[in-house]
Amino acid sequence: MATMTKQQIGGILARQGILIAFAVFMIAFTFANPKFLSVDNVLSVVRSSAILGVMALGVTFVVIGGNLDLSVGSMMSFSTIVVLDLHDSIGPFLAIPAMFAMTLCLGAFIGFLVGYLRLNSLIVTLGMLSAIHGLTLTYSGGKNMDIADKEGTWFSVFGQGTALGIPVPILMFIALAAFLGIVLAKTAFGRKVYAVGGNGTAATFSGIRRARTVFLCYLLSSGCVATAGLMQASRSLGSQNTVGQGLELGVLAAVILGGASLLGGSGTIFKTVIGVLILGFIQNGLLLMGLQFYVQFVVTWVIIILAVWLDIAAKRGKLWSPLA
Amino acid sequence: MTDPVLRLENIVKTFPGVRALDGVSFSVMPGEVHALMGENGAGKSTSMKVLGGIYQPDSGDIFMGEKKVTMSGPLEAKSMGIVFIHQELSLAEELSVAENIYLGELPRKSFGRVDWARLADQTNAILKKLNVSFDAKTRVGDLSIANQQMVEIARALTVDAKAVIFDEPTASLTDAEKVVLFDVIADLKADGVGIIYISHRMEEIFKITDRISILRDGQYQGTVVTADTNEEAVTQMMIGRALDLSRNATHHDLGDVALEVRGLSCGKLYQDVSFEVRRGEVVGFYGLIGAGRTEIAETLFGLRDPSSGQILLDGQEVRLHSPADAIARGISLVPEDRKGQGLILGMSCRDNMTLPQVDTLKAGPFVAERAEIDIFDQYRARLDIRTPSWKTQAGNLSGGNQQKIVIGKWLSMQPKVLIVDEPTRGIDVGSKSEIHKLLRELAAQGYAVMIISSEMPEVLHVSDRIVAMYSGRIMRTFTSDEVTEDNLIQAISGIKSGQAA
Repeated sequence: MATMTKQQIGGILARQGILIAFAVFMIAFTFANPKFLSVDNVLSVVRSSAILGVMALGVTFVVIGGNLDLSVGSMMSFSTIVVLDLHDSIGPFLAIPAMFAMTLCLGAFIGFLVGYLRLNSLIVTLGMLSAIHGLTLTYSGGKNMDIADKEGTWFSVFGQGTALGIPVPILMFIALAAFLGIVLAKTAFGRKVYAVGGNGTAATFSGIRRARTVFLCYLLSSGCVATAGLMQASRSLGSQNTVGQGLELGVLAAVILGGASLLGGSGTIFKTVIGVLILGFIQNGLLLMGLQFYVQFVVTWVIIILAVWLDIAAKRGKLWSPLA
Repeated sequence: MTDPVLRLENIVKTFPGVRALDGVSFSVMPGEVHALMGENGAGKSTSMKVLGGIYQPDSGDIFMGEKKVTMSGPLEAKSMGIVFIHQELSLAEELSVAENIYLGELPRKSFGRVDWARLADQTNAILKKLNVSFDAKTRVGDLSIANQQMVEIARALTVDAKAVIFDEPTASLTDAEKVVLFDVIADLKADGVGIIYISHRMEEIFKITDRISILRDGQYQGTVVTADTNEEAVTQMMIGRALDLSRNATHHDLGDVALEVRGLSCGKLYQDVSFEVRRGEVVGFYGLIGAGRTEIAETLFGLRDPSSGQILLDGQEVRLHSPADAIARGISLVPEDRKGQGLILGMSCRDNMTLPQVDTLKAGPFVAERAEIDIFDQYRARLDIRTPSWKTQAGNLSGGNQQKIVIGKWLSMQPKVLIVDEPTRGIDVGSKSEIHKLLRELAAQGYAVMIISSEMPEVLHVSDRIVAMYSGRIMRTFTSDEVTEDNLIQAISGIKSGQAA
């Protein structure tokens, strides 16, 4: 049929809406400010998205597995503060593995609560958001953490270095994305994550140990957070206790924007990377348009709502379907 | 002659790949209790969903009295005076009996305040009619299932019901509670309400109904006056002539005992269950829903810990604490709920099929996708699975093909014992007979097969022996020579052989 019904148009809009909206944004931004698509600006967007991006890679596993992780922002603050503190006390060689071990313990704890005790992941990670923040403040005594000798440490390489002319954070993001993309798409563990998030009961009936799978997702997510904390600490060589505050929403926005369903069972690492970039470009575009930095908090929320709505609308096949 | 309260005429309803209703017609007179009978999948619940406005028929008409009506949804059906008492209860457990009964239409005082006194009075008046032991203020969650059902019935009595549909109302009732229910039905009948009564229990059907309409494979088989017929004739109409042809007559040599269960109990679900399954043998488990069959299967698959008793595989006692344990020991379960337990609908056919063995199908650190495709192709050919590609999402296949994916998934594990629970529920007749044939072939190849089914012809057709269960206990085990529909129905209704008239 040549003419499409309203419902069909709605369905297409719902499925492709994010990409269409993104295209419109990009074109509008480029017209508003020709610098928007310059190499320098693009590199700067990717670079500033790398930390959030690394966190989003881990959260992708958690979300595909059917759970949420709202604790990644404050966990990243924790990693950053810890590694900066240990840098001066035990040196960077030991500080980095020690910080990873501590952060992984937090992830394991969350994984235990959600996977083995079967507590609701929203409640657990919302609580951990606050609890880890408290832990960080206790650790630091509330003070900012700074490396004493900022010039003389090789530690800055993770945040400030370049290799082959490309900033190290970008390389780390790309490498980790490639590695985790393969883990998710090609390994037995990745397959189980999809199964557990897609239909937990059927996964159990197939002999998959759900608790272990969920546990490993959180462990992996905390590993990504530790990496992000390392990049953050290395970039600034000093930090406030609140450096990661609010990042959890940006991370979640990127993951959902990429098309991972909040109901679990779908999404890919590649799509998450796209989501991260879309979010980065939109925030950057708003800055170039002269909007205040703080506007991005509102915009992030709007993007989450939009993405969730389109996700649900695509499933229902129509945009408007209120509770009957 | 009075007009029927409700009349269905030539209702046709198709789903992709299945003709669920194919010309269903029957009518209910005022003050009549009309039984609707048929096997699982015969179209009873689909008919009722059409009547309740949940499904729209492809063709055919519904009349209320003289008037042709269209049911656009459950609310409309209710407003016309059609009330459903469902098998699955739909009550808010945290609310009181009164609130549940009048939910959405609570009596009000000024400023929208609920008139609790009036609510309690109205409710207690209805409860009195039902002769129940609880009052309006009781929290529904504190009631037994039987009493919760009484609340549903009370809810039905608040509207001016013209027709009340009972769907397996006695499935969870004790004998004493049944008496109360039958009294309520008699009262409704005396008030001129038309009643549709759906049940598998012959005894009840012959006790309380006036006429019986029978469905088979979505087709209307006729309506008989209860007083003029008998159980045998009704069973014949339900099962059809295919019955005698379909009796399993293959007798090949049986192998060793693969699975033995001794005195297995699991709380109130089933007690003191003992049986064995040999290699090359299909053992059927027949009984009503709730007889404990699925729970036994779940125990054997490591999903429920038994409270006592032993499970032996090849003569060795085993303890199974998880499906992973059971799978490792060579037990496979094709579960009863295909979409809920069997498949991950958003996953590809191939990934679904190889899911239990992703840990062992390895190529270096990765899943060996080539080997997965080989396994999929092998079972696609063997089971004749019709799908455009292995990449197709399982949710996009027809019911029969979905079930074949699940069966393929477990066959590819090369199990010692294959348990299939309601393997043909909700799938079309063609796939049904293919699956029956397959189960026989598997036995011939030396698999030990357990089949749980609520469909008598299916059990009769594929089983070498049949275990009849009633209320958590094994009543009798039949060989295929000694079993008849009559003695099987008696056994699963709790009537000991020889006791029946």
